[in-house]
Amino acid sequence: MGLAFAPADYQQGNSFRIMYIHVPAAILAQSCYMSMSVAGAVVLIWRIKLAEMVLKCIAPFGASVTFLALVTGGIWGYPTWGTWWVWDARSTSMLILLFLYFGVIALQAAIANPSGAARAGALLALVGVVNIPIIKYSVEWWNTLHQPATFTLTEKPAMPVEMWLPLLIMVLAFYLIFTVVLIMRTRNEILVREHKTNWVRKLVEASGSTNSSNTGTPAGHNGSGQ
Amino acid sequence: MPQALLRAENLRFEYDDLLLFEQLSFSVMPGEVVYIEGPNGSGKTTLLKILSGLIDPIEGQVYWQDKPINRGARTYQQAMLYQGHQSGIKDSLSARENLKWLMSLKGLRDVGQIEEALAASNLAGFEDIPCGHLSAGQKRRVGLARLLINDDNHQTAEKLWILDEPFTAIDKSGVAALEATINKHAQRGGMVMITTHQEMQLTVPTQRIVLG
Amino acid sequence: MYWYSIKTMIGRELLIAARYPAEVLNPLVFFLMVVTLFPLGISPEPEFLAKIAGPVIWIAALLAMMLSLDSLFKNDFDDGSLAQLLITPSPLAVLILVKVLTHWFTTVFPIILLAPLLGAMLQLPAEGYRALLLTLLLGTPIISLIGAIGAALTVGLHRGGVLLSLIVLPLFIPILVFGTGAIEAATLAMQYNGQLAMLSAMLLIALLVTPIATAAALKISINN
Repeated sequence: MGLAFAPADYQQGNSFRIMYIHVPAAILAQSCYMSMSVAGAVVLIWRIKLAEMVLKCIAPFGASVTFLALVTGGIWGYPTWGTWWVWDARSTSMLILLFLYFGVIALQAAIANPSGAARAGALLALVGVVNIPIIKYSVEWWNTLHQPATFTLTEKPAMPVEMWLPLLIMVLAFYLIFTVVLIMRTRNEILVREHKTNWVRKLVEASGSTNSSNTGTPAGHNGSGQ
Repeated sequence: MPQALLRAENLRFEYDDLLLFEQLSFSVMPGEVVYIEGPNGSGKTTLLKILSGLIDPIEGQVYWQDKPINRGARTYQQAMLYQGHQSGIKDSLSARENLKWLMSLKGLRDVGQIEEALAASNLAGFEDIPCGHLSAGQKRRVGLARLLINDDNHQTAEKLWILDEPFTAIDKSGVAALEATINKHAQRGGMVMITTHQEMQLTVPTQRIVLG
Repeated sequence: MYWYSIKTMIGRELLIAARYPAEVLNPLVFFLMVVTLFPLGISPEPEFLAKIAGPVIWIAALLAMMLSLDSLFKNDFDDGSLAQLLITPSPLAVLILVKVLTHWFTTVFPIILLAPLLGAMLQLPAEGYRALLLTLLLGTPIISLIGAIGAALTVGLHRGGVLLSLIVLPLFIPILVFGTGAIEAATLAMQYNGQLAMLSAMLLIALLVTPIATAAALKISINN
């Protein structure tokens, strides 16, 4: 959307348009971790089963968004600075964030008992969220030490309205995607976790019968999952 | 009429979607021995872990002297002795060192009880050998010597023993000795929750909880 | 009132370490070997080595610690003494703190003692030694304390070793950055009080917070 309507940058030409994916992805990558740790706190304090499922669903999504931000950053960086990767503070922090996601995913995958996996992941997410500001600070400090400001990504040149408005819309769009995907994944997770309960069985039976008899009702809207 | 010291209300536990028990309620009077029975995998060990406070039930609550055991846990933990499948005996430490550490967890000091308890458990002469060199039965007896230690000291003694398969790897004379210890403990008003395939000859009131 | 249980805990951990000297020696030998790989793998040129000496020692120490952290709670978990620890009426977080610090003393302190020797082998400039020792003394306990949370979360798992590294290594980045930054500043004859202050602050927070998190993690693991 922003890819098409915003004017070309006078320095970077059209390649800057990837910003409309890169920046929202980067912002979302961090918010995802925050929401994961909030879900984690809910799991540990109130032991709400739904939060366990939400937590399990956020981690892979957050990791993919972080990965997307890193890849688009590389694609953006190559025509602009002539290299796929620079060890600047932002890229490095983003890479470490990806590692933190990997840790939570791997830990959850290693524990068989779903509720135990969720609680272990929750604790790790909380430990991570406490560490993120320290990591960011240390990486920024490290960066100023080793790369005496050849170029900084932190200072953005002022953007005209026709450029930042699409960006804003893209950020909002990414948040909406996050919300929708999270709800869908969680719904699926609920069905998997509760597959032995009566209400899920009824749902599956109901959708199964409508499917086979071809009555035309949208059977998948609640039962068949993704 | 004496009051029940330990009370469980509406306990429910499931593991990985497998329901082990639900709506499980019972109470234990002073001086009572409770057998927990059921086939393998019916949740006996899990129930004992819940009673020890090691794991939390999915629903329900365990009360000690009418207080939930996870609140103000110290009173309960002081009054409870838990012996699981693994007896908590470390191979690289001797019987004496192991028992000393286990006692210190309860804030108790060894003033010769360990020596006595080990002697009474037929382990005289093995006090200072690393437990890794002992046989399975001897190791198990080191763990059970804790019961004798606390039996000798009325004031600080644990009132509730939670024993998971204590007879494993123990010979006939050991079984008889343990029976006598449990009898004596219950006669003094102590309580025992036990899983075992062994029928014990007891002279105290018993209760059975059947799972599965 | 609980001094006795704390004292007995320290004695027990030291005794166990003394009966299994391999637990202490293996990470130490590993540390030595990893450091040796750098001159062999990159270059034995003294000027180059002098530049990387601090970071190499730090990273090697970090990796050696990962090896020993894995076994922090594993034996106790297997023989049931962890369960006994978790239901103690004594303050659990304090006993865990004592356990982690004793473990640090038996497995990491020898590494720190060996570090100056390796510094000499890697041509670390004379100004760097004080910073090397100070950052290791302040930084490695933080690694033990945070690593203990990871060790507690992975204690019941069959292949916990790699997983443990995976979940805790990203958390050690700030410690590595400030540790090596201080050594570099020292070799350039600059002030490095700021880095030491950061490490001290992190150590203080870690001392207060991580034992509680580790206790919670152990309770989660014993549930599985």
